[in-house]
Amino acid sequence: MRKLLTGGAIIIAVILVLLGLKTYLVQAQDNQQHSDKVLDFYNWGDYIDPDLLVKFTKETGYQVNYNTFDSNEAMFTKIKQGGTSYDLTVPSDYTVNKMIQANLLEPLDYNRLVGMNNYYPRLLNQTFDPQNRYSIPYFWGTLGILYNKKVISASSVAHWNNLWDSKFKDQILLVDSARDILGMTLVSQAKSMNDQSTADLAAAQGKLTSLMPNVKAIVADELKMYMAQGEANIGITYSGEAAQAMAKNPDLAYQVPSEGSNEWFDNFVIPRNARHKDAAYAFINFMNQPQNAAQNAKYIGYATPNQKAYELLPKSVQNNRQFYPSQVTLDKLEVYQNLGQKWTEKYNDAFLEFKMTKR
Amino acid sequence: MLVNKNKFSFTRLTFYSTYGLWLLLFVIAPLMLLLWQSLVGSDGHLTLQNYQTFFVSGTYLTMAFNSVWYAFIITAVTLLISYPAAYIINSLKYKQFWLLLIILPTWINLLLKTYAFIGILAKTGPINQLAESLGLGTHQLLFSDWSFIIVAAYIEIPFMILPIFNSLTDIDPVLEQASRDLGANRWQTLKNVIWPLSLPGVKSGIQAVFIPSLSLFMVTRLIGGNRVITLGTAIEQHFLVTQNWQFGSTIGVVLIIAMVITMLLTREK
Repeated sequence: MRKLLTGGAIIIAVILVLLGLKTYLVQAQDNQQHSDKVLDFYNWGDYIDPDLLVKFTKETGYQVNYNTFDSNEAMFTKIKQGGTSYDLTVPSDYTVNKMIQANLLEPLDYNRLVGMNNYYPRLLNQTFDPQNRYSIPYFWGTLGILYNKKVISASSVAHWNNLWDSKFKDQILLVDSARDILGMTLVSQAKSMNDQSTADLAAAQGKLTSLMPNVKAIVADELKMYMAQGEANIGITYSGEAAQAMAKNPDLAYQVPSEGSNEWFDNFVIPRNARHKDAAYAFINFMNQPQNAAQNAKYIGYATPNQKAYELLPKSVQNNRQFYPSQVTLDKLEVYQNLGQKWTEKYNDAFLEFKMTKR
Repeated sequence: MLVNKNKFSFTRLTFYSTYGLWLLLFVIAPLMLLLWQSLVGSDGHLTLQNYQTFFVSGTYLTMAFNSVWYAFIITAVTLLISYPAAYIINSLKYKQFWLLLIILPTWINLLLKTYAFIGILAKTGPINQLAESLGLGTHQLLFSDWSFIIVAAYIEIPFMILPIFNSLTDIDPVLEQASRDLGANRWQTLKNVIWPLSLPGVKSGIQAVFIPSLSLFMVTRLIGGNRVITLGTAIEQHFLVTQNWQFGSTIGVVLIIAMVITMLLTREK
């Protein structure tokens, strides 16, 4: 008993000492940073060139606290709980819409924004945030087919319907996402990715179930690693993930079926409870500058919505139809609408039932 | 004795109140919250709707059956490997050292171990390279039921070996000698003396393995490639993707009930 108490007392003492030390260090750091010259940036992991953060601090004096999340839902929940305040975060399209509806975002003051006409007008004013009242695009991309050039010819995976070909038995990796996989099936049936008809969804689920013999596995972020390792020959995934896999394995190629697919956007938004809004505006303006956006696009490998930045990129990147698709394909791309709770669940239930299918 | 009790009453009080507070905050309160969530419908009223959805849905019942079935297989495989291992370790000279070696992998994060297995089982991994050099050809090892069961069993083995080993060490070696002296052979001794005496360890081992196996979910995706779907997968989906916490909680409560049943079936009499 005595030992237990002494042990407990030692643990508590250590905790108190560490806590005191932490408070002291944080204060010291705050003094150094003049406390309000900070930007609390909440972004996806490894989703900005770190050199740019250094450059931003040098130019503006704002110290960047970079925090990361790994899913829109996790980020949404954390912002909604409101325990920690962030000045800037990067939700995807449908989450921007959800955050607007939940009243979590600060409307943007366009008088404080510089360089907004650097952006492609085509990529602005999307349905998830009309007139970009709350959000500014950071990167955009597509959903498509990543394949191994050595084994698969480009023409044999040019269309979504090709995936159902029996010669691809046990070859395909699917991304574990109801919207994307059912969406791709809906497009293959000439329907919208935002379809809200029970009959269409049931038909899509039926068609998807018949894809099961060709499906090797349904995985998440690991998909890019499996593809790079050569574990499978075909993967259905996002352009950004595909770019990372292709950087590791030159045998891989990516294409967007011309009949249509999803077009996604990751966007800067300022949460309502942000404490350093000046810093947030300073950062958005910094990233609006073409040379910074171009440097970031080169580092991340995703498509930049900044037209002036695009013009600064090497010709090989500019003409890369894998990541900057042709106008014909672009016209067919659809952005996900926020379907609301009921339909989100319908899509997910259908996908769960598909996953339960035995081979 | 009485004096002693009074002397320690203050310490006892602090001990019990700390422990009680801990239980209340971190065990009872979360369970109550889970139960409460599961009883709330999408309109915010108290209802059994979620449970009805669960029990009339073929999908979720199949999934529940799958979870129990896979947990059963994992537990059986783990037990099959662990009992002989614990028995052998117990008869070795430096048994604490060997035990430490078995326990060592639990110091490593579960996810890291799983990723290591991806490397081992991959098409370009060492197992396939070996098979290739022996002329057996490359095989698809990942994303199969067996790879899932092997990795899950590997992860759970220390939790099975430890209680079995403890109950084996507690058995007085004199009993074994007596059994042999009285004419029983090695096998008879094991079956009639050692096994019954080590049963409590086996039971707690089964509890320690079966219960977490019911709700495994990362391994089902990373190694099983979502070919194995358990209730853990559904809980993850409802909390993270559809954000239907009510239904996620319902599945959680069903799992807890399954665990309570397991505890009752394997409890000490």
